[in-house]
Amino acid sequence: MELFQDLLGPAWTPVWTLVKIVAIVLPLLTAVAYLTWAERKVIGWMQVRMGPNRVGFFGFRLWGLGQPIADAVKLLTKEIIIPSGASRGLFLFAPVLAIAPAMAAWAVIPFTDRLVLANIDASLLYILAITSMGVYGVIVAGWASNSKYAFLGSLRSAAQIVSYEIAMGFALVGVLMSAQSLNLVEIVKGQEGGFWHWYWLPLFPLFLVYLISGVAETNRAPFDVAEGESEIVAGFHVDYSGMAFAVFFLAEYANMILISTLTSLMFLGGWLSPIPGLPDGFVWLAAKVSFILLLFLWFRATFPRYRYDQIMRLGWKVFIPVTLFWILLVGLMMQTPYGHLFH
Amino acid sequence: MEFSTVVFYFFAAILLLSGLRVITAKNPVHAALALVLAFFTAAGLWILLEAEFLAITLVLVYVGAVMVLFLFVVMMLDINIEQLRQQFWDYLPIAALVAGLMIVQMVLVLGGETFGLTAPAPKPADYSNTRELGLLLYTEYVYPFELAAVILLVAIVAAIALTLRRRQGVKWVDPAVQVKVKREGRVRLVNLKPQKPELKAEEDEA
Amino acid sequence: MTFPMPDLLPAAPEILVLVMACVVLMFEAYAVRGQADRSEIVARPRVAGYVLTLLTLLAAAGLTAFTANGVSATTFSGMFVDDAMADLLKLMTYLAGIAAAIYSRQYLADRALMRGEYFALLLFAVLGMMVMISASHLLTLYLGLELLSLALYAMVALRRDDAVAVEAAMKYFVLGALASGLLLYGMSMLYGLTGTLELNKMAATLAGGVDNPVVLAFGLVFVVAGLGFKLGTAPFHMWVPDIYHGAPTAVTLFIGSAPKLAAFAFVIRLLADGLQPAHADWQQMLAVMAVLSLAIGNLAAIMQTNIKRMLAYSTIAHMGFLLLGVMTGELNGYGAALYYVVTYVIMSLGAFGLILHLARAGFEADALDDYKGLNSRAPWLAALMAILMLSMAGLPPFVGFYAKLTVLQALVGAGWIWLAVVAVLFSLVGAYYYLRVVKLMYFDTPHSHEPVLATPGDARLLLSVNGLGVLLLGLLPQPLLALCLEAMRLTYG
Repeated sequence: MELFQDLLGPAWTPVWTLVKIVAIVLPLLTAVAYLTWAERKVIGWMQVRMGPNRVGFFGFRLWGLGQPIADAVKLLTKEIIIPSGASRGLFLFAPVLAIAPAMAAWAVIPFTDRLVLANIDASLLYILAITSMGVYGVIVAGWASNSKYAFLGSLRSAAQIVSYEIAMGFALVGVLMSAQSLNLVEIVKGQEGGFWHWYWLPLFPLFLVYLISGVAETNRAPFDVAEGESEIVAGFHVDYSGMAFAVFFLAEYANMILISTLTSLMFLGGWLSPIPGLPDGFVWLAAKVSFILLLFLWFRATFPRYRYDQIMRLGWKVFIPVTLFWILLVGLMMQTPYGHLFH
Repeated sequence: MEFSTVVFYFFAAILLLSGLRVITAKNPVHAALALVLAFFTAAGLWILLEAEFLAITLVLVYVGAVMVLFLFVVMMLDINIEQLRQQFWDYLPIAALVAGLMIVQMVLVLGGETFGLTAPAPKPADYSNTRELGLLLYTEYVYPFELAAVILLVAIVAAIALTLRRRQGVKWVDPAVQVKVKREGRVRLVNLKPQKPELKAEEDEA
Repeated sequence: MTFPMPDLLPAAPEILVLVMACVVLMFEAYAVRGQADRSEIVARPRVAGYVLTLLTLLAAAGLTAFTANGVSATTFSGMFVDDAMADLLKLMTYLAGIAAAIYSRQYLADRALMRGEYFALLLFAVLGMMVMISASHLLTLYLGLELLSLALYAMVALRRDDAVAVEAAMKYFVLGALASGLLLYGMSMLYGLTGTLELNKMAATLAGGVDNPVVLAFGLVFVVAGLGFKLGTAPFHMWVPDIYHGAPTAVTLFIGSAPKLAAFAFVIRLLADGLQPAHADWQQMLAVMAVLSLAIGNLAAIMQTNIKRMLAYSTIAHMGFLLLGVMTGELNGYGAALYYVVTYVIMSLGAFGLILHLARAGFEADALDDYKGLNSRAPWLAALMAILMLSMAGLPPFVGFYAKLTVLQALVGAGWIWLAVVAVLFSLVGAYYYLRVVKLMYFDTPHSHEPVLATPGDARLLLSVNGLGVLLLGLLPQPLLALCLEAMRLTYG
């Protein structure tokens, strides 16, 4: 490594950072690809079907593990059709707007206590700010398509995401009150001591609100009215095809993984092991993330889609008051001798 | 030139261009998006000034929430740009004159050196901007902070009072009532005695 | 870091008003929920907010009067000051709020505006004024102003199906935002120049001399222009007639009374507290604005056919008079201006209260022609209106005369004889349109002979007290005048 450092001189820092970024993004994209496979498999089993099981490698079926690759190749080779009335530039730019925040947020995610691209002080705020920009992809896509269904989808999505962001933000306020820090590494370190010391317990209502809002934020079932294929065909991306459509798809799944990771970091102790004796490590984080991703898929297989006004009601009249009340309670309890229970 | 100076000029150029696009864009949606870009680059400039909390809040509040709702509204408006544009051209000469004069005046009067400002010494790496702001806001500035909160409350009250219409004849059901529905409230089992079809036949004859 | 808990006692009235405004809101929300029939919610007037508002203002008045001792007390890190001027102005503000609520009750009930939101907004507006009155920091000054303005915009637009009212609210909002922008811009320059937002420290820094007087002048121009907008003085007066005319009369009554007190406090705090060393600079600007206001207000009022519009222009002229008192930059002038604004608010309350009193469901009584022959229909009301108009015109023995006299005395005392002459001349012009109202009421034949509807007794009683008070204060001007001068002396002496 020192050899390279000498070789590149001042260019070393950007190059090394780029290498690290690639080291995060490539596994992430692979994870996204196999999340789609997992989704079809899991839902298939839940509905007593097989799921994809044909495409494999070198003549072996391997439970359909080759399916995501085949899908990607198919989407890459398809034509991107631009509707004649569309706002051309924005139409093509919208998928970028959707995927960029989903990727950029990973910059501050710690995988273990030392493995993080940028260990910045206010990483929680950074995450909030970056994820709040994801909605632009959806809005711009819906508007630029110049289609009624797409536009309706984007309006629904905008209202929904803005509403649930408030509840999510308040849930995070509870976390940072407990951890006394905005830094994700510090937040995880604050949960040391095993399963019963993770924040899901003292902040249980916030944990639930965060998890459910996360499902709503990513426009996943049962909150997927922005797509709502039974009413508005496919919502904001109805006019997209080929790779442009695939990018939206990627963004949605990358966001799912992001939300799951954040939930694991903030409420489930991140890379910490649940039993004090066992060593901590990335494996635990991966396991927790997988579990929450399974929940995402499970929700989709189980719940019917919410009606739009019910979504709004849930966000504004249930979640926000619940989070506000719990923040107040945490704040008050911290002033009492029982404050340590909430740290 | 230092790296941060290059970054500054890069951001400043984008900020100015996007600001210009806000007022020159033909399409209001494009203008709103240009404003988003302007906010974003302004946040970048603030980061350069080591004001990371303000920068992130700018993105979070203005880009993430305010402008989304702004776009939401602008997209649904049917504005005839050309009509507005006509007035824009009518007023352009005098507006340009006034603006030009003001710019000249401000350049003459205002500038960093007018106020005797020098760049503050950079803070150590573990300095937390967020923490310092929080400490000040909730102690010394608690009164203006609360006042700002009251202003927001008034804005909420005003917005609701001005827009909430209780329409009549809405088929609205309280979700709590829906949830509480029991079988007994909806279904009634009735014991009907079996009847012979002749009865009906007799009626028909009658 | 240790931080002492701020002393909350000086701010007790503010806290009370804030809490009660929230109580009114909650009361409204739950009263509505309790009603089974949703259609009933719209129509039925709800008086709880009204009663609570009156009680709150009375209690706040009690608190303020109880804690008033003529000593300046600061709290909240020097951002809040409670002194003699603040106490006097706050008491007047409560009084104006109470009168506004009582006068407008019937009017609001007739127009389905008798709702909790109206009174909550009214309380928030009162809170904003109190904050402005007690501000000793540019931040609180500005935040109080915004709180007041925001509540007023909403109150103007509250009759949302009335196109005129909504248009007025739009104008008010846009111009108000512009004025706030100017004000903020000027404040930022002052901050850059002095390095402080605290008014006392700002004055101390300025007194030590500034390196760059051009920036000071530049900042002052923006600040004074912003003040001019908010006060409604020429050449920044364009919004006043439209808003007075377009707003529901109950709101016009409110806008035309209490906020003037707060605006006066704003001007005094900013110019006399913070910018006294720059007195020579802002004096010129105020003089120009005052003369223009007197001219435009009085001349344009002559041409009006709508009494609300006419009174709006008369307000512009009155604000010009107020500025004359302030621009002297002396204690006497400030005291005279305080006396002027207090008496003006009393007269304005009476005049708009009378318009409200004559209005009925579906009829606004805001055209001058509606006042023809009022004497034959309602002699007592006509007499009250005559008293108010004559007082506004500045005729002895009414209080308006002494108010004008005190300002003129202060002006002459400061050596501004030509300004005093101009003011007198324009007051003579102004007397014409006030007297025209009197003439219409007593010498013209009425359009209709239908009697004035019986309105609530409390409003009628208060109106009589208000009108007679104007006469009484004119016959015995000394106590109130002495009070105002003393308050100013205690604060700035």
